[in-house]
Amino acid sequence: MNNLVKKITIVMLIGVVFSLTGLAQAAEKIYVPMLTYTTGPYAPGGLPIDQGFRDYFKYVNATGGVNGVMLDWETCEYGYNTGRGVECYDRIKSKNGKMGVAVFPLSTGVTYALIPKTQADGMVLHSMGYGRTDASDGRVFSHVFTAPMTYWSQVTAITKYIGEQMGGLNNLKGKKIALVYHNSAYGKEPIKTLEVLSKKYGFKFLKYPVNHPGLEQKSTWLKIGRQTKPDFAIIFGWGVMTQTSIKEAKAIGYPVSKIIGNWWSASENDTRPAGAASVGYKAAGFHTIGKKYQLHKDILAKVYGAGNGSGEKSVVGEVLYNRALVQGVILTEAIRAAQKKYGNIAINGKQLAWGYEHVNLTSSRLNELGLGGFMKPLKITCANHEGANNLLIHEWDGNNWVNPSKWYTPMYDVTRPMIESSAAAYAKEKGITPRSNCN
Amino acid sequence: MIYREAGQFKTSYNSDQALLPVAQDRFFVIGLLVVAYLVIPFVANDYWLNSIFLQFFIFALAAIGLNILTGYAGQLSLGTGGFMACGAFSAYKLATSFPDMHIIIVLFIAGLITALVGMLFGIPSLRIKGFYLAVSTLAAQFFLLWLFNRVPWFTNYSSSGVISPPPIKLIGDYYITGPQATNLTQYFFTLTLVVVMALGARNIIRGHIGRSWMAMRDMDIAAEIIGISPLRAKLSAFAVSSFYCGIAGALWAFLYTETVQPLAFEINQSFLILFMIIIGGLGSILGSFFGAAFILVLPIFLNSAPALLGLKLSGSLVTHIEFMVFGVLIVFFLIVEPHGLARLWGIAKEKLRLWPFPY
Amino acid sequence: MMQAFLFDPFMMMYDSPLFFVEVLVSGLMSGVMYALVALGFVLIFKASGVFNFAQGAMVLFAALTFVGLWELGVNPWLALILSAVTMIGVAFSVERIVLRPLVNQDPIIFFMATIGITYFLDGFGQTIWGSEVRPLDIGIPNEPFMDFAEWSGLYINKFDVFATVVCSVLVALLAGFFTKTKIGRALRAVADDHQAALSVGIPLKTIWTIVWSVAGIVGLAAGILWGSKLGVQFTLALIAFKALPVLILGGFTSIPGAIIGGLIIGSGEKIAEVYWGDAFGGAIEDWFAYVVALIFLLFRPQGLFGEKIIERV
Repeated sequence: MNNLVKKITIVMLIGVVFSLTGLAQAAEKIYVPMLTYTTGPYAPGGLPIDQGFRDYFKYVNATGGVNGVMLDWETCEYGYNTGRGVECYDRIKSKNGKMGVAVFPLSTGVTYALIPKTQADGMVLHSMGYGRTDASDGRVFSHVFTAPMTYWSQVTAITKYIGEQMGGLNNLKGKKIALVYHNSAYGKEPIKTLEVLSKKYGFKFLKYPVNHPGLEQKSTWLKIGRQTKPDFAIIFGWGVMTQTSIKEAKAIGYPVSKIIGNWWSASENDTRPAGAASVGYKAAGFHTIGKKYQLHKDILAKVYGAGNGSGEKSVVGEVLYNRALVQGVILTEAIRAAQKKYGNIAINGKQLAWGYEHVNLTSSRLNELGLGGFMKPLKITCANHEGANNLLIHEWDGNNWVNPSKWYTPMYDVTRPMIESSAAAYAKEKGITPRSNCN
Repeated sequence: MIYREAGQFKTSYNSDQALLPVAQDRFFVIGLLVVAYLVIPFVANDYWLNSIFLQFFIFALAAIGLNILTGYAGQLSLGTGGFMACGAFSAYKLATSFPDMHIIIVLFIAGLITALVGMLFGIPSLRIKGFYLAVSTLAAQFFLLWLFNRVPWFTNYSSSGVISPPPIKLIGDYYITGPQATNLTQYFFTLTLVVVMALGARNIIRGHIGRSWMAMRDMDIAAEIIGISPLRAKLSAFAVSSFYCGIAGALWAFLYTETVQPLAFEINQSFLILFMIIIGGLGSILGSFFGAAFILVLPIFLNSAPALLGLKLSGSLVTHIEFMVFGVLIVFFLIVEPHGLARLWGIAKEKLRLWPFPY
Repeated sequence: MMQAFLFDPFMMMYDSPLFFVEVLVSGLMSGVMYALVALGFVLIFKASGVFNFAQGAMVLFAALTFVGLWELGVNPWLALILSAVTMIGVAFSVERIVLRPLVNQDPIIFFMATIGITYFLDGFGQTIWGSEVRPLDIGIPNEPFMDFAEWSGLYINKFDVFATVVCSVLVALLAGFFTKTKIGRALRAVADDHQAALSVGIPLKTIWTIVWSVAGIVGLAAGILWGSKLGVQFTLALIAFKALPVLILGGFTSIPGAIIGGLIIGSGEKIAEVYWGDAFGGAIEDWFAYVVALIFLLFRPQGLFGEKIIERV
């Protein structure tokens, strides 16, 4: 009886698959599985990113796809929970028997978990501004990309900024820089780099872990504000932790203008709840903020104008929304690069990886995309999956991000050797032979 | 009619004390194993093998562990996540320090280490019980996670505090972890492990130790009077329970997520496993399996059901509904059937005994 | 190593006594906030013997309702009243739907049922009001008294002082309610002995509804205070975990115990984190309170002020 049902189901499934592939052959799409989190403690961060992704994909499809090939996507909600994230990935990694081409886990924990899985599935894993930093070494991690920047590069650029505030990097000697970090894989990433920098420039590096989800920071800021009194405090916070940091700093009288958030602590959703306390707070980013760019206007016209917006119109142009656009632009550029080699077809993950390694976002290309001045040019290569990019610092005026600083180039001479040695150690541990055909 | 034990005579003590004295139960379990070993691996796709069955086995193992402590020995624990983390991290340290050690030995020793840690955190149970104990097991939860997060030695000084197990061979060329490991190898391995450990648990519970746990649960003073040492009964319950949870944690880190950071074992994980045993049935090994399956499949079902019905609900709404359904189900089960799915199964068997001639 | 644990912290205290006072005061004040959450637990446990795990979710739900209504343009005072009414509604339905069918079950079953309520309220609150962070500004600035700081060198936070005042008023009101009113006396009678209370004609079910409502309203106060400190969102429910060690320390059945336990945990936690945090490597607050409570339990299983009836093993 049971067997009969199973047989019938299998026959039906085969029929469905056949008819679908029959249809799909007419217009094959590039399928992208999307992991999102719009619930749980980190929902305020996940919501705008999710909206940005979907808006951009809709926009690409509304303007004729990538060289005529449409994008297709499926979302899975995992609530920033690593176990659920892995399950989600397995559930949506393929659609109608067609494997996805790339996945963006949006969580450092899930990124670590998916590195072996995406490799087995021949999929690109793009952790943009999060994840495993040493995966920037393309010779060891052939399918993982960290462009346009990693945490390690980020803190070197922030250190440059701090140095400039002090009148030059040489003046950092004897100064104190504190790191207040989310006590998880994500928050711990920059520690080693800051330790190296503190040796190099002679500043004192103080670290303050904050436990998930980050509500308990009173004593941390008591120590910072009243005891150690560092010259600058860098925050690696996420979700509610960021605003709690700002509020506790204010409550203890530590100047908020001396606090610099990393790019995940730069969301309006995290600074706005801190209210007036957050005026003067600074945060880093590898792209600018706002919706004055042509791409935003096009999205508003073609996606929201057609009533297809994925969320509230006011979110367009927010920090995390724009970050999702960067992600989308890099993806479509990589697809285009791959299509140059493989023809205007629905490429697969392996071909996309090749495309990623040949992304060259020049400033004239950025202009064409309607993003002139939005971010700095980016070039990814086979060996360097991080590419080279720049970072800038914004200031929060209570309602908006204002006063963009100039662009800072990270100290790649510091981070690159660290990345290479760390990747080599990983390769050794896992028995991977680094690709030699890169240079 | 179908489930009728009339006519099955026990002619020896051995057959009377068999694990499954009723023939139908035996056939059912054997049938289930045949399906699990011979049918599922060939029918199920990767998603089912890796995401559903693997997770199901691991959670069932953890649920058996918690059920031993809470269901059989009556000690409510909210520290399951901490013990799982302990298993995962000790297994990682063992596997990286002794690369030639076989995976089974790694898991076994990791389980023993967790058992020791469990006993340590079980000491307060000698003085307190009930809610006070539940709250104090939270100390284990928070302290252990902090410890693994804090001490870099546990993660072999990884910069981000994430561990990922090295590739380990099971037999010959079959890898059990790492990119070369196939879903089938992992499936058979965990399946066998779960079956063996579930049988082990069932036997421990039938034996002297298990009965001392139940006596302690039902009335501690009476148990003490008939000569059961509370010290031994309670600490052994903590030890055995932690042993199971530790192995489950190690499997979770090694086979399922293939990488783990302490945050993955946070308090929600402990609650999830507690729900499994509440819904599955307190004091029932079978119930642990039911509960694990239910809690695992329910959110996935809720997630995909609206799409199947053609409804377009946002991901967040679905998750919120999932929360509400969880809450309602827990209350529902406690009111309607405090003994969980396992009791429903028992009722079904009672009905089947008479069906289709109820009189 | 030993020096970092045994010597350095005390040197630090000796070197800057003013800073120690600051840490102590701010610890005491966060203790007040913990006590406010713990109070809700105690009320319900006292009257019904139910360990209400859902208190954290009730805090979140109350705060969400309050902010949500306020954002809809309702006058804040009216919003306050409406949220209080909502909490009474929650209490009523909890009594009707959950507690009544479970009468005579083990306390552990009640406890697990309240975990169910927690999940339901978390999901329900977010379904209605969404999961983004809602800022809540009740007009009390979260900053130090600057004049006082310049005069004495001590940084005392305005908001913390306000919270302390609110908490004291609330406790005074509750104390009055328990000792002076008829319902309060009935509540105490129920807490002392269910059977005896029933036999003198105190309606147990009504009492349960009342006590859950009072706990809900205390939760509302806690939610507004915590919410304006942290923003109202999902994670607010997690402050319940901060209140549990307070309960162990103070005893499940004692209102003064909740207050004093809160003060001890709050100040102890801050002092430990500030002075011993470095030796341990930081972020020890999460478990410190639990371990203190645990060690304490080994010597005094009924808590500071708890009743001795708690069974010893």
